[in-house]
Amino acid sequence: MSRSEPQAAAAPLLEVRNLRKYFAVPDGWLKPPRQLKAVDGIDLDIGAGQTLGLVGESGCGKSTLGRAILQLQPPDAGSVRLAGESVVGLPRAQRLAMRRDMQIIFQDPYASLSPRRTVAQIVREPLDVHAIGTPAERRARVDELLSVVGLRPGVLDRYPHEFSGGQRQRIGIARALALEPRFIVADEPVSALDVSVQSQVLNLLNQLQAERDIAFLFISHDLAVVQHVSQSIAVMYLGKIVEQAPAFELYAQPRHPYTQALLSAIPNPDPAARRERIALAGEVPTALDPPSGCAFRTRCPLAAARCSAEMPVLREVAPGHRVACHFADG
Amino acid sequence: MSATSEPLLQVRDLSVEFATDTGPVRAVDSISFTVARGETVALVGESGCGKTVTGLALLGLIPQPPGRVASGEILFAGQDLLRLPEPALRKRRGSEISMIFQEPMTALNPVFRIGSQMLDVLMRHQQLTRQQARAAAIEMLAKVGLPAPERRIDEYPHQLSGGMRQRVMIAMALSCGPQLLIADEPTTALDVTTQAQVMEQMVRLQDEFGMALILITHDLGVVAASCQRALVMYAGKIAETAPVATLFSQPRHPYTRGLLASIPRVRERRLERLPVIAGMVPDLRQLPEGCRFADRCPKARDYCRLAQPPLEPIGNAGTEVACYVPE
Repeated sequence: MSRSEPQAAAAPLLEVRNLRKYFAVPDGWLKPPRQLKAVDGIDLDIGAGQTLGLVGESGCGKSTLGRAILQLQPPDAGSVRLAGESVVGLPRAQRLAMRRDMQIIFQDPYASLSPRRTVAQIVREPLDVHAIGTPAERRARVDELLSVVGLRPGVLDRYPHEFSGGQRQRIGIARALALEPRFIVADEPVSALDVSVQSQVLNLLNQLQAERDIAFLFISHDLAVVQHVSQSIAVMYLGKIVEQAPAFELYAQPRHPYTQALLSAIPNPDPAARRERIALAGEVPTALDPPSGCAFRTRCPLAAARCSAEMPVLREVAPGHRVACHFADG
Repeated sequence: MSATSEPLLQVRDLSVEFATDTGPVRAVDSISFTVARGETVALVGESGCGKTVTGLALLGLIPQPPGRVASGEILFAGQDLLRLPEPALRKRRGSEISMIFQEPMTALNPVFRIGSQMLDVLMRHQQLTRQQARAAAIEMLAKVGLPAPERRIDEYPHQLSGGMRQRVMIAMALSCGPQLLIADEPTTALDVTTQAQVMEQMVRLQDEFGMALILITHDLGVVAASCQRALVMYAGKIAETAPVATLFSQPRHPYTRGLLASIPRVRERRLERLPVIAGMVPDLRQLPEGCRFADRCPKARDYCRLAQPPLEPIGNAGTEVACYVPE
């Protein structure tokens, strides 16, 4: 099946180049603010109907990257193109039109749905905003969307608090699908859910991707979760992508020492499994004051003199497999 | 680890209820279990299964009202904690039984330095002078792997990362050498690389101190790595208990099986569909008469819906299961 192959050579649906998002952080009274480089020069492509998994630990910039792509937090530099058209810095009317193609599913199904609106109102809102269809057509569309995400039509007049976390996430997904977007950022969509429900939602996202040819940026801190839904996976550390590879290749042949450590730290649900964890020294440094050269060198078991002097660039080591490490041989 | 004849902790018929607008809800329903000295027991289950409420009940920390312990006894070293007067309970809490919470930022007081919060505990329970307590606190912080403890002790919680805060919580919980530590999702808020470090440190210290550990978690991966025995809870009941190796290799309850199958794990090839448990956890306000898992159970029979299956031993590997049609 074409889904399981890496991205096609044709022009990608989403093209991100050298994207930067910096935040000014106050540094005390009368001092100039310091710069936090949350997203620091990101390049990535996502093909139509493909999912790019984006993993990294708290504070690595993965959520900011998702929001910068959607222009929810306008980037400071760089370009984002959807189907060849730039989406950066658009005037209001065009931005609204762009939103029909790019949607988001949030992590917290408790906080991302208005508690005072019914399910029908929540799912219909994008159709109202974009003035799509007659009221009757909108009602029919809401019914259809709810059945697509596996909710019974009887729930239309109920409020979010009457639902479990998994059901709320389905409501959020129905809302994101309402405008038939071509690209969806799913920001930790299953992290707040129990494991038995997580897989239900992951299966739903996979099914939607296959049936509707939607491209996803699937953001997660959990490498075990992204594997099942992604064709390609990118690993972020302190604002930069340090490795990207076709999904199953990343697990079989991780090249970057950070990816290797992340993989070895996944708790294995098998008490008999041998555990050879690659212990990382210390903790993630602050993005306000990242180390010189390679940002990972302060925790890296392979770090050498060169790593502090020279920042490794992301280079292709195999088809679709990029690594930013001086020692990623191959 | 060798257990003496009498278990450290015996919980019998424990029920906890909460008053709600629509009547009382039983979050924990008549559960019984024991923990031996030095043993590591996992309390596993999904949101709302009663695992955290069980942990709070052990320490007498159920907020009353709306909560109340509706039945049961909690024998700690032979003494029923539920019948101890508050001052006596407070004396044990923190010194003989300690607890670590999920979110270290809310468990530490933001306006006091790390040191002063640790010194409080040490001076209250161990009759140390301020200087002795400070030295003990620094030693303890070093033990849990906090870098530069002599400097960190004078910092405020917000100056530490999540992983460091949780290490401070562990240091505080262990500072009086408790016999039992209850850790409620201690690593859930942490990143995966930090999570592994903190878990390993905790298990190492548990071994060193010879204390028993009740690990409350939803994460079966963490259970596999660090526990000896597990209690699987579902909708306020214990569904299954077994030595961890047996639980993973031979789960008997259909819920345990489903839970194990649905853990996200790294696989060698893509599955068409991930295994799921159909449906959702029942509403505790409208529990069925019979087995609480019956509506989601692939093996449920008519009689499963008539009465609740009791928790009974099965096989000879130390497993107990509450199911009429176990695997």
